[in-house]
Amino acid sequence: MIEMNNVSKTYANGVNALNNIEVVIEKGEFVYIVGPSGAGKSSFIKMIYREEKPSEGIIRIHGTDLTTLKEKDVPYLRRKIGVVFQDFKLLPKLSVFENVAFALEVIEEPRDVIRKRVMEVLDVVRLKNKARFLPDELSGGEQQRVSIARAIVNYPRVVIADEPTGNLDPDTSWEIMDILENINRNGTTILMATHNREIVNAIKKRVIAIEAGRIVRDEFRGDYGYER
Amino acid sequence: MKGRTLLRHSKEGVKNLGRNGWMSFASISAVTIMLLVVGVFLLLIMNMNNFMSSVEEDVEVRVYIELATSDEEQAELEEQLKDLENVESVTYLSKDEGLDQLIESLGENSEAFESLRDENPLNDAFILQAAEPQLTENVAEEARELPYIDSVDYGEQVVEQLFNVTKILRVIGIVLVLGLMFTAMFLISNTIKLTIVARQREIQIMKLVGAANGFIRWPFFVEGLLLGVAGSVLPIAAVITGYHYLYDNYADRLSLNFAEMLPIFPLTLQVSLVLVGIGILVGVWGSITSVRKFLKV
Repeated sequence: MIEMNNVSKTYANGVNALNNIEVVIEKGEFVYIVGPSGAGKSSFIKMIYREEKPSEGIIRIHGTDLTTLKEKDVPYLRRKIGVVFQDFKLLPKLSVFENVAFALEVIEEPRDVIRKRVMEVLDVVRLKNKARFLPDELSGGEQQRVSIARAIVNYPRVVIADEPTGNLDPDTSWEIMDILENINRNGTTILMATHNREIVNAIKKRVIAIEAGRIVRDEFRGDYGYER
Repeated sequence: MKGRTLLRHSKEGVKNLGRNGWMSFASISAVTIMLLVVGVFLLLIMNMNNFMSSVEEDVEVRVYIELATSDEEQAELEEQLKDLENVESVTYLSKDEGLDQLIESLGENSEAFESLRDENPLNDAFILQAAEPQLTENVAEEARELPYIDSVDYGEQVVEQLFNVTKILRVIGIVLVLGLMFTAMFLISNTIKLTIVARQREIQIMKLVGAANGFIRWPFFVEGLLLGVAGSVLPIAAVITGYHYLYDNYADRLSLNFAEMLPIFPLTLQVSLVLVGIGILVGVWGSITSVRKFLKV
């Protein structure tokens, strides 16, 4: 469960990204975060895996208070949260297999367990046959799928996806959504920041709209809104 | 840390050298060149130091005995000299032996002095060797206080100048060696830092995926260590073969009768150890300090 209490974020340069955010996201939910560029979606997401700290307020993930979390405990938080980055953030010199395996190496899993589990998730994202490729040798959609595989490989309780379809063509975007829905069906909470109107309107989920740093709308089975 | 994790870090460190091929090459080259300079310089300085020590060892105190001294009194004097603090050895030199040495030292002009043999103007003497060359003056002063002594001579002027010169040379040597080592360390670790800055993004990604700092740092530690070792191979080979060559071909010619080149062993071993030590130190240090900067994500 993710809980934000009166959370505000002001960056060092004075930019006020979020104001008095109050939100509760239950286990197993699938939530879209929508809103115009610069509204605060990324700040919202970054605070959940503690890339940023709130200036005010309290954030709790599964009972852990992130505002008092010690620096040395941050890695353990991140291991429970899978993050799919818009720019993929793959390690360029590691193969697809090694990139996904890295998330398991950091928790010191035995090699045979790593091997088995990585091949499983590569199967889920349909990249088993490209395990030995380097990220550069893949298309954007394939790289995004590697990023997803890495995010889910150690059975995180929450998967956060920051515009996972932002760089992809419509067909590939639907594929990515398929994968995310499947993961969600297994009980994993999904938070997805997106600008993709078609997807949000077609696959109905809870929608949280952020504008100018505030939550302006929070509906179950909502629409993308912002009519053209 | 679990054994297999240590193994994983070591493997990862080795692989990283290959993955960052050109960067590794640049770092190893920097280490190689700097260690080569340091190695040559160390050989030079250590030989110079050895040479100066030999010169200093040759400093001695001559205690000339009064002409009218009986054998018992002379024996008494010898005991007293031996009892002096900081005296390492006392040798007797009769006036005839003294004259022989003098005439020999004069070389070509010696014939003119042969006539002195009939009426030797010298005194019998004791030759004192101080425990430390720098203590020669103290020994001479103390000897002067004793009875049955005509005069005490240790070449005051020359010796003082000699010690001044060797002292200055030693200070210069130490300063140069330290300066060179620091420059080498600075340059090498800077090169390594540059290669790691290029991997800043990688380090950040690792952190975002949940890697603890130690987990990220260990492979870099191994990598830095290997960089240092790899970079010291060529300089060590050069130091050993180069010194061998010099020693075999020039040791006789370079040697003066009171000073010689240091023997190949253990000098080359010592220098090699210093080189590999510096290599590892700067490799690891450069690697770890640059990673630390990027760990705050």
